[in-house]
Order: sequence, then structure tokens, then C-alpha cells
Amino acid sequence: MDAKEIIARRVAQELHDGNVVNLGIGIPTMVADYIPEGIHVMLHSENGFIGLTSVDGEFLDPDIVNAGAKPAAIIPGGACFDSVMSFALIRGGHLDMTVLGALEVDQRGNLANWMVPGKIVPGMGGAMDLVSGAKKVIVAMEHTAKGGAAKILKKCTLPLTGQGVVNMIVTNLAVFTVNDNGLVLTETAPGVSVAAVQAATEADFAVDAALKQMSLG
Amino acid sequence: MVKIVKTEDVIPLITDGMAVAIGGFLAVGTPELLVDQLVDSQVTGLTVIGNDTGFPDKGIGKLIVSRQVKKAIASHIGTNPETGKQMNAGELTVELVPQGTLAERLRCGGAGLGGVLTPTGLGTVVAEGKEVLTVAGQEYLLETPLRADAALIKAAVADKSGNLVCRRAAANFNPVMAMAADLVIAEVDKIVETGEIEPDHVTVPGILVDYIVLSGKGA
Repeated sequence: MDAKEIIARRVAQELHDGNVVNLGIGIPTMVADYIPEGIHVMLHSENGFIGLTSVDGEFLDPDIVNAGAKPAAIIPGGACFDSVMSFALIRGGHLDMTVLGALEVDQRGNLANWMVPGKIVPGMGGAMDLVSGAKKVIVAMEHTAKGGAAKILKKCTLPLTGQGVVNMIVTNLAVFTVNDNGLVLTETAPGVSVAAVQAATEADFAVDAALKQMSLG
Repeated sequence: MVKIVKTEDVIPLITDGMAVAIGGFLAVGTPELLVDQLVDSQVTGLTVIGNDTGFPDKGIGKLIVSRQVKKAIASHIGTNPETGKQMNAGELTVELVPQGTLAERLRCGGAGLGGVLTPTGLGTVVAEGKEVLTVAGQEYLLETPLRADAALIKAAVADKSGNLVCRRAAANFNPVMAMAADLVIAEVDKIVETGEIEPDHVTVPGILVDYIVLSGKGA
């Protein structure tokens, strides 16, 4: 199982029946492939609908794409709306969860994922609204950057997407929850020691008394 | 009263330096024919308001490539490398606005509201220079209304009274832009008789629409 699959499988365990969820581009999108049997969720797509699902390529409707402009479909029971409604749903607390990638996340729950000054400025898109409005914000990312640099930091160095917004961090090595005192390591991936997590993490974190192995469904 | 016209009749209404809101989300729901005609018109110095700047060959991005835009107000520019290139070279001003805030600023502009209070962007660079107000113990940013001189929008169907039906994810910013501009030009795939669209199915009321042009893509 590669790193991305570990992350997507673990995040999928956080979904509850009936949840309305927005999945970001990349690893978060993969979460949809591992939703447990019997759990039905409505996926929200910020370009204007709920009931997002992938397409097999048989029938491509040019008016239905996901928020990354990739062909998509809408399940029976889904609904379409304009951008005002789409973001009212996001900001108004009508989404149970949002799952996003990160460039950096820190021990105060700050998230940076929308620009690297002087290098790349794609823009925040809907990410700032998502992290301020969703009931639960999960960061799903590989534990370290290419080359091994830590991404879970004491303090973010990049411009923030949101301040104190992250509730949970799921990586290929570990699961952290974020509370008022900082990060708590609650799970480690199979075969990964606390020391290995420490070595790959710049942030300070507490180790949960009930530390367990990551459930991958 | 809405007029059904050819694109060559309305493109001259867009003049140098105007603020133009253009519908679409990564070029889905963008009035491509109107954008193409605007590129051909060589009108210049535009401020473009849109969710994103599309792709170099698709959507709003074509106007960036043709260098007719002096300022872009958008939530995302990452899919069009030309936008970033011109921005870094100091040739294009980009105002990045969170997507939901962009929608609400346009809604304020079209709904007679003096602004909106949103938690989006608190503690980030988006908050710089903006007033923070506390209501019932919760902090919000004051975001101000946004209007355009003209809106170029896209719908699937129009009736001869200007009522529009947007379909699927192609609605996005089109309805709110129809509210927030002095001049509203809608590109549609099909025009039907007044009365053929169920009043309940109208996405954009015809009273907001000034001109309708056919996209040429209708079945």
C-alpha cells in the first residue's frame, strides 16, 4: 500500500453515514474510493453541486466537472446551485467535514496551502472559505515534503489559508488531533514508531495515552 | 426590455477600461463566443472579474493571453500560467479574493447591501487593511460590494423575455453577476418562446438581462 492510499483509507474512516463532505484536489479526492461499506455521504463540489461522483467516461456532460475541472457526475438525489449558495453551504456550517492538502500545518492548527511567495501564487480558490466554515477540517498529506523536509511545524512560515482551523492531521505515518494545547499523536501507521514520527515532525506533540495503530478499513 | 441580437451588435458596448464580470468556473459556464469576440475587438485596459482566469486557450484566460486585461479580480489563477507571468512582470494587477467572498461581494453589489461580514480570511493576508468587526463575540472581516460595468454570462436556455436557465455546474457565478452589472449580456445555446420556461425553473430573471446572443452550440 503506497503512502497516498494509507492516507486516503484512514481519512475515509472518519466519514459517518449522512455526512456532507468536501474533498480537495489530490489525496483528498482519493478518499472517495475507500468510503466504508454502508456509509453514504454527499460530496460537495464548490463549483456548484452536491452529489459529486466520478465518471467512467461513457457519458461526459461538459457542464459537470469537479472543482478541479475534471469530468464528473451527479448522483441521484444530488442538487445544483450557484456560487452564492455553494459558499453559503460552506460558510454556514452545512458541511460536516472538509479534507484538504497542505504545504505546511502547525501545532496551533494553522494551515498554509495556497501560495509560496516568489515561486507560485495559484490563489486560494475556495480553501479559505472551506476551512473557516466546515465543522471539521482534516489535513490529508504525506508526512514530509519531497526530500524529507518537515511539513508539520511549530509555526507555519508560508502565508496562511486559515488561522487555528485544523482539527485533525492524517499522514502516511501518523494521525494527530489538534486541541487548545497543541497536537496530540493518537495513531501511528503499521510498522511506524513514535520515534520515527518525532524524527519526521518539527512540531511539538503530546502522545495520547491510548495511542493505537492506524485503522485502514 | 431584452433584445435578441448578434454578437457584433453588443461587443462595441464593451469599451476600453471597463470592469467586466465574466461567468464560469474553470471555463465551464463561460460565454466563450462573447470572450472570443472581445478578443477580436481588441478592446483594452479591462478589469476582469471572474472566479478564475481559466486556461490560456479557454475561458477568461484568452483575454489575459491577448493582453487586454490590466486588472484581474479572481479567486484562482493557477490554471493559466500566463496570468502569473504577467503579474510577476508587473504588467497585470491581480486581486485574489476567496471564492465565497467574491460571490458575496458581487451579491452585495447587486443586492443594495453595503458589505458583508465573513470569517473567511481572518488571520491571513486577506485581512490586511480590512476592518474587523466583532458581533456576538465572533470576529468577522468587513468585505465591500463589488460591481461591474458589464457582465458577460452564459446560460443553456433563454426565453424571449430574457429569463435564463443555467444547467448543472455551469451556473456558478453567472446568476450573481447578472445582479451586479449595469449592462448584462447573456450567451445562450437556445432561445424559446416566452412562456415555454416554467417560472419555477428560471435561474436568472429576465428583468436583469439586457441582451441575448446565441452561442451557436445549440442542439
